[in-house]
Amino acid sequence: MLQFDERADRVVPPTGFTARLTLFSAFAMSFLAVFALALSLAAGRVADRWGNELAQSSTIRISAPAGEVATQTEAALRVLRTTPGIVDARALTLDEQRALLSPWFGADLPIDDLPLPQLIDIIETEDGYDAAGLRLRLAAEAPAAVLDDHARWRRPLIDAASRLRLLGWASILLIATAAAAMVTLAANAALAANAQVIAVLRLVGAKDTYIASAFVRRFALRALTGAAFGTLTGIIALVLVPSGSETAGVLTDLSIQGIGWVWVVLIPPLSGLVAFVATRYAAGRVLEDLA
Amino acid sequence: MIELENVAYSYGGGELLTDMTLNVAPGSFHFLTGPSGSGKTTFLKLCYGALQATAGHVRLFERDVRGLSRDDVAILRRKIGVVHQDCQFLDHLPVTENVALPLTVSGQDPDGADANLKELLAWVGLTGRANALPPELSGGERQRAALARAVIMSPDVILADEPTGNIDWEMSQRLLTLLVELNRMGKTILIATHDLGLIRAAKAQVQTRVLRISNRRLQMAGADL
Repeated sequence: MLQFDERADRVVPPTGFTARLTLFSAFAMSFLAVFALALSLAAGRVADRWGNELAQSSTIRISAPAGEVATQTEAALRVLRTTPGIVDARALTLDEQRALLSPWFGADLPIDDLPLPQLIDIIETEDGYDAAGLRLRLAAEAPAAVLDDHARWRRPLIDAASRLRLLGWASILLIATAAAAMVTLAANAALAANAQVIAVLRLVGAKDTYIASAFVRRFALRALTGAAFGTLTGIIALVLVPSGSETAGVLTDLSIQGIGWVWVVLIPPLSGLVAFVATRYAAGRVLEDLA
Repeated sequence: MIELENVAYSYGGGELLTDMTLNVAPGSFHFLTGPSGSGKTTFLKLCYGALQATAGHVRLFERDVRGLSRDDVAILRRKIGVVHQDCQFLDHLPVTENVALPLTVSGQDPDGADANLKELLAWVGLTGRANALPPELSGGERQRAALARAVIMSPDVILADEPTGNIDWEMSQRLLTLLVELNRMGKTILIATHDLGLIRAAKAQVQTRVLRISNRRLQMAGADL
């Protein structure tokens, strides 16, 4: 049905308005689809990264009077060394704690004068440890130690990123549906405006499949062309979005990477396919009505 | 070739044609006459499958139209050339492409039939107008172009609906001459017209049968025709 046939294509007169509408719709929808796709892929990457990076680490905070910090830290480390599921545990140095705070308070922070808690960084095995059991042991042997396994704040972030990813795919689905609706409307308008052409074609013995093909081919090719330009423009716009790889989040990592390009490349042919199906449907209905 | 058996056609709750029986034999020349609004065009449309009879049977080339799909009817229609009063062209295509349209839609290569196409345009006297667009043609030229389109597939039957309705006497005689010529080549002709002068002129050249639609029924016309 999509096979190029110059003579068959010429039987449908050029229709300026519907041609421009289809081209523009495909252009705009593909442009938006690129952004929705980039958003979805970026959200997916962020969710994966947060999940992987934070899943196997946790922190113990020692908040005790200055004279007891060292004792409590040593007690906590002893407990940790004998806890199954922990690969490594070490107390952060002052410099490391300063580095953690410097993004908020600046590099000149007089950390020695501040009553900061001592932090212990814990690296877990893949299976992890029994957090409830560890809390009980710490309460007994280092009562100033507070275990933070990151689950409390990690889970909502990962959930949010996952929902954002779903939202991106839902947007793509909505964009495809809206594009199909617009192409159907344009095809309906073109077919209705060409009722006389259809009558002539039937008079000379054209099958409905032939008549439908002439319209379907035209709309699918227009959608393909519009989508190709829309996708290209979307990619250029994505490149122009400022990136911030060091603080990679959804908004600063809005780019297409790796396998994501396959999806981008698929946008124009999928738009053509959507237009093909929508026009085929519209043509079937109009030809039935005109019979 | 075209058979109607007790055919009726109703539209909008009213019966336009009733109890029509006719057998159009190969090589015959028929006229169909009757007052305006009597249903001549509807009758012709039944004869080429553009309308479905609401009662009775229409058989085209021994196949009952009722049991056929629209695509099957389209294939049968390629054996029937139709000339409309308003000609019905694709106004954005030049005369040659309009005349070659039946070849195009049936998947044949019009370039392969180029010599035939030129010969056909010469036969209807439109060689010099081959590249003109239909709106640029006069009424007579349009009718002749429509006739050329109707015969390009070498159909067995030619149906014409008021072919001389929009043209002058001289041009209608020229068109009639072409139709008579086709009949002598063995083509079956059925012309719907209220132009009695055309019928008389045809009777002087070829054996014809004149039918009349009166009170929704098909009758043989009187001896005055």
